[in-house]
Amino acid sequence: MKKMNNNGQILTWVAYALALALAPLVFYKGASLSILSQMGIMIIFALSYNMLLGQGGMLSFGHAVYAGLGAFFAIHAMNLATDHVITLPVSLIPLVGGCAGMLFGILFGYVTTKKSGTTFAMITLGICELVHSSSLMFPEFFGGEGGITTNRVIGAPFHGLTFGPQIQVYYLIAFWLLICTVAMYACTKTPLGKIMNAVRDNPERAEFIGYNTQRVRYLTLIISAFFAGVAGALSAINYEIVSAENVSLTLSANVLLFTFIGGSGYFFGPVIGAVVGVLLTTVLSGYTQAWQLYLGLFFILSVMYLPGGLASSIMQNLQLLRHRQFAMVWRLQSVVVALAVLALAGFAGLTEMLYHRNFEADSGPAMKLFYLNVDIATAMPWIISGLILLSALAGIHLLKPAMHARRIAAASAIEDAQKKEYA
Amino acid sequence: MKINTAQKVFSTVSLTAATLFGMSTAHAETIKIAYIDAVTGPFAPLIKNSTNTLQMYVERANKEHWAGDNTFELIVLDGKASPQESLQQLKIASDQGVRYIIHQVGSGVALALVDAINKFNDRNPGKEIVYFNGASIAPALTNSKCSFWHFRFDGNTDMKMDGITNTLAKDKNIKNVYIIGQNYAHGQEFSKAAKEMLAAKRPDIKIVGDDLHPIGTVKDFSPYIAKIKASGADTVLTGNWGQDLVLLVKAAKDAGLKTNFYTFYAYFDGTPTALGADAADRVKMVTNWTNNAETDAANTELIKTYKARYGQDFEFLSNEGIIGMLSKAIKQTKSTDTIKVAYALEGMKFNGLSGEIEMRKADHQIQEPMYIVTWTKVNGTTVKNDSEGTGYGWRTDLKIPLADSVQPTTCQMVRPAQ
Amino acid sequence: MEFVLITLLNGLSYGLLLFMMSSGLTLIFSMMGVLNFAHASFYMLGAYLAYAISSQFGFWPALVFAPLLVGLAGMLVERYALRQVQKYGHISQLLFTFGLSYVMLELVQLTWGRVAVPYLIPAGLNGALFTLYSTDFPIYKAFMMAVALTMLGSIYLLLTYTRIGLIIQAALTHPDMVEALGHNVPRVFMLVFGGGCALAGLAGVVGGNAFVTEPGMAATVGSIIFVVIVVGGMGSLAGSFFASLLIGILVTYAVALDYSLASLLGKIGLIVTPSTPGFAVLNLTIASSAQILPYVLLILVLIFRPKGLMGKREG
Repeated sequence: MKKMNNNGQILTWVAYALALALAPLVFYKGASLSILSQMGIMIIFALSYNMLLGQGGMLSFGHAVYAGLGAFFAIHAMNLATDHVITLPVSLIPLVGGCAGMLFGILFGYVTTKKSGTTFAMITLGICELVHSSSLMFPEFFGGEGGITTNRVIGAPFHGLTFGPQIQVYYLIAFWLLICTVAMYACTKTPLGKIMNAVRDNPERAEFIGYNTQRVRYLTLIISAFFAGVAGALSAINYEIVSAENVSLTLSANVLLFTFIGGSGYFFGPVIGAVVGVLLTTVLSGYTQAWQLYLGLFFILSVMYLPGGLASSIMQNLQLLRHRQFAMVWRLQSVVVALAVLALAGFAGLTEMLYHRNFEADSGPAMKLFYLNVDIATAMPWIISGLILLSALAGIHLLKPAMHARRIAAASAIEDAQKKEYA
Repeated sequence: MKINTAQKVFSTVSLTAATLFGMSTAHAETIKIAYIDAVTGPFAPLIKNSTNTLQMYVERANKEHWAGDNTFELIVLDGKASPQESLQQLKIASDQGVRYIIHQVGSGVALALVDAINKFNDRNPGKEIVYFNGASIAPALTNSKCSFWHFRFDGNTDMKMDGITNTLAKDKNIKNVYIIGQNYAHGQEFSKAAKEMLAAKRPDIKIVGDDLHPIGTVKDFSPYIAKIKASGADTVLTGNWGQDLVLLVKAAKDAGLKTNFYTFYAYFDGTPTALGADAADRVKMVTNWTNNAETDAANTELIKTYKARYGQDFEFLSNEGIIGMLSKAIKQTKSTDTIKVAYALEGMKFNGLSGEIEMRKADHQIQEPMYIVTWTKVNGTTVKNDSEGTGYGWRTDLKIPLADSVQPTTCQMVRPAQ
Repeated sequence: MEFVLITLLNGLSYGLLLFMMSSGLTLIFSMMGVLNFAHASFYMLGAYLAYAISSQFGFWPALVFAPLLVGLAGMLVERYALRQVQKYGHISQLLFTFGLSYVMLELVQLTWGRVAVPYLIPAGLNGALFTLYSTDFPIYKAFMMAVALTMLGSIYLLLTYTRIGLIIQAALTHPDMVEALGHNVPRVFMLVFGGGCALAGLAGVVGGNAFVTEPGMAATVGSIIFVVIVVGGMGSLAGSFFASLLIGILVTYAVALDYSLASLLGKIGLIVTPSTPGFAVLNLTIASSAQILPYVLLILVLIFRPKGLMGKREG
């Protein structure tokens, strides 16, 4: 049993590395490389955040501080390298960012980790706003409202790599992403990682077995801040500009949203969350004006109906597959999923038409909805979208009890099978 | 099959005609222009006004063939007044094949855009992008940070400050001046230029205050007004624009502050309404156009039709220069290649609503006449048109001809091969 | 003297507005343990509804009905959404309100547009109440202060002297016992949440026309009210009152103080020039750091007195 697990794990890692290496070959059109790069940076950031949230149980509203300060240090290092004050290849800049993040983790973490729970969340909020507001007061370091810019093409090419073209930057990000993922995963397997979980689950009991919960939280924050700094430095290389937004509450909120949507209970949850998050923000905003509404609603629905995130849903289905109970559920499940997609289509139709009516009145009542030409001045498109939405929702509501019953049956069957295994 | 002679002749003629026709329309392109600006946020009404102006000129250019057979297509992208977001939109635009970018407000964004475009053009020869700056007046953009790819279509801070300080210096009653501005590139340069020029022209004037407040976030200016009152200032000199000027004026009115206001941007949306009757004859401005500046047919017609169509007053004269001169350059060079067009724009003269303007070759700064105006009641002679339906408008006190508004430059421009 | 008095009045009016906004948040937190991140969004909703009602019916009907509508919206949110999330814990409830703030922002923009709306001070309240030395003090600011004080008074009376107030106070510490005694505790929570949101809505009605009513108004005010309730002590109404006054006066006075460490050093003879190390920090005036003072205060309080000024629970 254990050997099979190990092989499964190695297979997953190899698949992961291959996916990173081959992604640009599949998605090569136009802006896809920039989006892949953005996803890569966000994955590192979200994974570092999940060390706090998922593994340490610490809800932080100011994680962007470490990533942002790492980004600022990185961009200043790049500018110093361009002026030949120091010699540092671009590929090692993420280490500068990581160290800067770690430094501020040591500094701020001492103050923030004294408390836990809501108080910790409030302090991190305060520190984030403080740093963000201070960024306008020290323009020499923060570049004022315009930020600091740099040129990532520094010095002589390194084996032909100048890091000018986006594809080279993507592979740099992918390389660091792989290293960071392995490092953070390894961290969860260390004694510190296990005690982090203990402090999250039952701080009093952890104290009783002799661990200082505050020190554990402090160390967790420092390590998390290091990886956040790496993400920040990669962002400085990718965008060649760092400004006050890199330390803003908005970025902190985004990483919280993405991590939660992906699933904070699993290691790979933030990976999914970051990918979905970038899709819902950067990519979706190119197609519709209503993307913030979709993002907000998606988040609310996740909190209400899928608190374990997308990762938990995947893991549930994988478990069913493993115990050969999937057959019981998959037919009903696919119907529910199909209905959900229909409901989304109906909702999107109504929303897009509403946005067009309110914000693009100048371009007239004709618009393109899912490759169909519709005239929003007529009643038909509204009625159709509304009907699709309502019927899909009704269908889901009717199927919910049956779905629930099937799941319970599957779960008890799994329990029986597990009892037999360990008997 | 036998093809008779007539058919042969016909096919040859039609083929030749088709080829010739094809050749002449082969150059007729749709030129995409991307307008990146703060569509959402506290300055949204201003940007809406600018977008409307651009769309109007693009329509006119297409209808009246200003650029020959070519037509323009305007794409509006939301930069959210943030340098990072604007650079993101620049990437999106360049991925769509856009090679002409327009941006109006926000010197911080403008500096970031120039930097990014320089790097992009360096790394992508053959796909160069040109950047038309309509309202970001930080002097650095046409001095230390000047770039061949950047063209500024509005008088910069030095030009405007020179004009307004000349007028201020002439008023012997002014003894104490308070400078207040937004804390970013523009506000900082404004303060620096103000202090330098006032010291040179009227060393007896005391600067009793020099404040920089965060841009677009202060909602209650009463603490600043209290500070101005306490300093004993008789004149407030400010480069504030948009909501920041509207709220400053509102707070001044609420507190009963009766100082002079010397401004750059008191004509932008919202400020005339805030000024109202209370501020009559106390507010002065230096600008490149008002709706009472010129009385020729082109001006009168534009003022009427713009207000009727868009419900806002026409404000962004720079957009006329941008679309007009770009079209002229394309027509002149018979090409849409950005390097050729940029070279054609250098030194180009253009007849606009305020008279003749010229794009200076040395630093890509537009040279244009300026007007010193005062806010006063409509009287049918010197003030015919009001602003925003208030019954008050701008009276031209002085027109500074092009030759007198010229300022030196330190630009050392690096040009690409033609 | 004029400056000191006028700035004091300005600071008080700003502080009382902050109190109006944060009192609802304190109530909700002390009753239900939920930190409502969408509170600023209800404030924004109140301002926009007041704009909508006052353009048809005038300001005074808006003053009465807009907060009621916002309270109703709050009750619906609690009954149909927040309650579902309750079983997952406080953090999930917090995250839910977080997502709610995004959605409310979009809905407000969808209904009223992305540009600021002209929600104006009513003509009757325009103008100066009195002139202190040579500066006018607007009637409207005095009106805001009056509304805030009336509100504080009524909440206090409601909670201490009415039956429903006593039930609410009991449900705070012993919800199970109160339910056992036959009171509908979930309904009480719904009323409290709705009431808190109605208070935020009232703040919006009163503040929206003095400051600009625009989609960005929630974001501008959002962080400051969290500072207020933490500094005042999470769960204490009196604490949030004093904290909001403190912050209001502090920020308003700070704008006027052009002193920096450099000027202080200059007074004792040490001249600071741009080439001195740490010039950026030394040259920082209190005026230019006025906007970060609340956060500095927040961090200091959380380090040295995490319960806040008058807090009962640490959260």
